[in-house]
Amino acid sequence: MEFFAWCVMAAGLGMGLGSFGTGIGQGLAIKSAVEGVARNPGASGKILTTMMIGLAMIESLAIYVFVVAMIILFANPFTEEVVKLLVK
Amino acid sequence: MTHPFLILKWLTEQLHLNIGEHVTYTWLVMAILIGVAFVVSRAITMVPSGMQNLMEAVVSGIDGLLEETMGEEGKAYFPLIATFALFILVSNLIALIPGFAPPTANVNTNAALALTVFVMTHAVGVKKHGASYLKHFMGPIWWLAPLIFIIEIIGHLARPLSLTLRLFGNMWGHEIVLMIFIALVPLIVPVPMMLMGVLVAFIQTFVFTLLAMIYIAGALEEAH
Repeated sequence: MEFFAWCVMAAGLGMGLGSFGTGIGQGLAIKSAVEGVARNPGASGKILTTMMIGLAMIESLAIYVFVVAMIILFANPFTEEVVKLLVK
Repeated sequence: MTHPFLILKWLTEQLHLNIGEHVTYTWLVMAILIGVAFVVSRAITMVPSGMQNLMEAVVSGIDGLLEETMGEEGKAYFPLIATFALFILVSNLIALIPGFAPPTANVNTNAALALTVFVMTHAVGVKKHGASYLKHFMGPIWWLAPLIFIIEIIGHLARPLSLTLRLFGNMWGHEIVLMIFIALVPLIVPVPMMLMGVLVAFIQTFVFTLLAMIYIAGALEEAH
């Protein structure tokens, strides 16, 4: 059973670490975009589009971590083997 | 899994059919889009009103975005891009109605969409440039080509993967967050999360269509 406890811990910790870095990255991107709009409000349309693409790229890192966490929690490939060992 | 009750899933179970709910809800979204398009295009008037107004705003909005991103050349790809935008937007927003599951919260639907973009990108590139499309993968300096080629291939293969997982992760993650919130506090508290779901639905549609446009535009331009 310890295996599953570690799985849950790994999923939680991984998600936390993943969103930590992603948060910093997106914060920096938005900071620059807001500064750009404040200096030149006319370019806000172009800046918004570029920022959205950048944010989507950065965000996909957190999404990958989320998918891995969900695989660990709900579709763990080692579950069957561990259960077999436990039954023995 | 996230919804306690799904109308179309219940219906297919009553009929003893074994169709996944993402397929039936994809059909529903297709029926909605075709139905709306049919009804609106039957009664076009010079002075638009009601539904026609809305659809004209949607179409001209997508058209403006397309021209801004891809230029005049992109006009030919309007049907594809607009279909992506409308299909993904309706699929995402359908999740807000109780009893309806978003087809985009399933990895298969998203993989189909992303593979369409992938195949379209390279088909467009080969059609436009012929054999010299290979130059896109070679980089600027000839003796670096073997190295750049491998990196470019990996980069191009990562595109459909990231498109798929981005949409899937966002929509499914939102579903799971909602489920957890509803399990904890069923009243009032999930409402702000659902409001954020509207925002996520629009942003993910925007990002998917924008990236599809950028990939196709990248295949259209001359190799550097």
